[in-house]
Amino acid sequence: MKKSKVGFLFILPWLTGLVLFTVIPIIAALFISMTDWSIIGDANFIGLENFKAIFEDQMFYKTLLITVRYAIFAIPLTIFTALLVAISLNNQYKGTGVFRTIFYMPSIVSGVAVAIVFKWILDPNYGVLNSLLGILGITGPNWLYDPDWVLPSYLIMAIWGASGGLYIYLAALKDIPKELYESATIDGAGLIHRIRYITLPMLTPILFYNMVIGIISAFRKFTDAYILGGAGEEGIFYMVYLYGQAFSFYKMGYATALAWILFVIIFSLTLIVNYTKKYWVYSE
Amino acid sequence: MREHYKEVFKKVLLYIFYLTGSAFMLLPFFWMISTAFKPDNQIFTVPIRWIPSPVYFKNFVKAFEVIPVVKYMFNTVIIAVLKIGGEVFVSALVAYGFARFNFKFKNILFIILLATMMLPYEVTMIPTFIMWSWLGLTDSYVPLILPAYFGAVSFIFFLRMYFSTFPKGTEEAMVIDGANYFQIFYKLILPLSKPALVTIGLWAFLGTWNDLLGQLIYINDPAKYTIQLGLASFSNLTGETLWGPLMAASFIALIPVIFILLFAQKYFVEGIKMMGIKG
Repeated sequence: MKKSKVGFLFILPWLTGLVLFTVIPIIAALFISMTDWSIIGDANFIGLENFKAIFEDQMFYKTLLITVRYAIFAIPLTIFTALLVAISLNNQYKGTGVFRTIFYMPSIVSGVAVAIVFKWILDPNYGVLNSLLGILGITGPNWLYDPDWVLPSYLIMAIWGASGGLYIYLAALKDIPKELYESATIDGAGLIHRIRYITLPMLTPILFYNMVIGIISAFRKFTDAYILGGAGEEGIFYMVYLYGQAFSFYKMGYATALAWILFVIIFSLTLIVNYTKKYWVYSE
Repeated sequence: MREHYKEVFKKVLLYIFYLTGSAFMLLPFFWMISTAFKPDNQIFTVPIRWIPSPVYFKNFVKAFEVIPVVKYMFNTVIIAVLKIGGEVFVSALVAYGFARFNFKFKNILFIILLATMMLPYEVTMIPTFIMWSWLGLTDSYVPLILPAYFGAVSFIFFLRMYFSTFPKGTEEAMVIDGANYFQIFYKLILPLSKPALVTIGLWAFLGTWNDLLGQLIYINDPAKYTIQLGLASFSNLTGETLWGPLMAASFIALIPVIFILLFAQKYFVEGIKMMGIKG
């Protein structure tokens, strides 16, 4: 058999999967989003009615706002935390290895169990967080039970999970040539200057990567929100709303239209960030 | 001398940061374990009690009365076992195809592969669900397992990069000796890539263990629940009353993951180094 044909055979499973689980579903999604389908019964073609209804749907705006607001705060907070942790752990001091393991933990440990534990930590009466605040003489808020404190509750969880990308940052920090720091130190640059003018610029490719991942995961946030909820419907993130429309109310057409809108938002944000790349991301 | 003090001061500051940070990172685990071993009168008390005394084990019994924790963990393991072998093997197969062969449209196909990494999961989710329900396979593990046998895009991408670093000499020698390409893949490439395959196997396991949305969509029958679904329904059913048993169940659910973290961490670290992300 010719070598080129063999190569094609090797990739054939993926190509089949691409057609079955990507191409066909995407084409189907275009049609479904223009129907009033509810899984049982027939689907009627209703054109762009779903999209029109979405733009008049208060919950659409509310859940989108919750998600966007979370993204605006969570992305810079988590990137800053991860950066701080990585820079501080980028040395060979005693015990650094153990601390690295501890800080890395949240990236492996996730899912429902962690969300449940956080719900208990944030319990206004018997939770550990308000008890700790109490020791400091602060009366803690009602967290998830107070609409105004739902977002901060989610941000605490986001910061806890922020240093999951630790080893990616550490690998990047290791790649920065030592000579750069040495010559900067000889020229009299202090720690802050070295971070500002050497470390940060050299890390911009990683920061860019984490920003894109951050946008995607913030807009697709589901598990924590599904478990934690929040007072005043403040815990209904976009994907939770979409899930409910599809699998609790069986509004398949409507939910698929919601999915397309989410995709367009994520895609355009990624494009915008990618466009700004040339202004701030360092490349060799 | 002044330099020396500066160095010491810097170290002290760093260790204070490490310790407070670690305390913050470990607090959820500590609080979970502490609650799991306390009776209600020690759980619902102000000020809080850090260390259970006496240690109380009944929460585990109560947790098993609400949900069959071990059975649900076993269900997840079944899915993971049936899924991961195929996912790793097929991803390696496809990655090898992209790394070593030239064929028509190869570059375009690889760009498509990369594009699907950005894929709108939310868009394909509903049509895929409808497809499985037409086939009568919802409320079974098939939709959670079968797609893995077509390879996972991120694994293909990672392994293609990994295979590209292998020297070609041995493969060429095997061709001259009359081996076909599949034999080369099976006898040479797979054994050589063991560390990378273990790494993606672990990623795949954690992905399955921690996934909620996929399992939530497809599984309805409580007998088929996974550990994630079991915990979610436990949490929804009982609300705020059963924190002790709930923490006991969460603790058991996290044990396999914590084991992986402690004993297989080097594979994750190596994996990230192998990826060598550079913009």
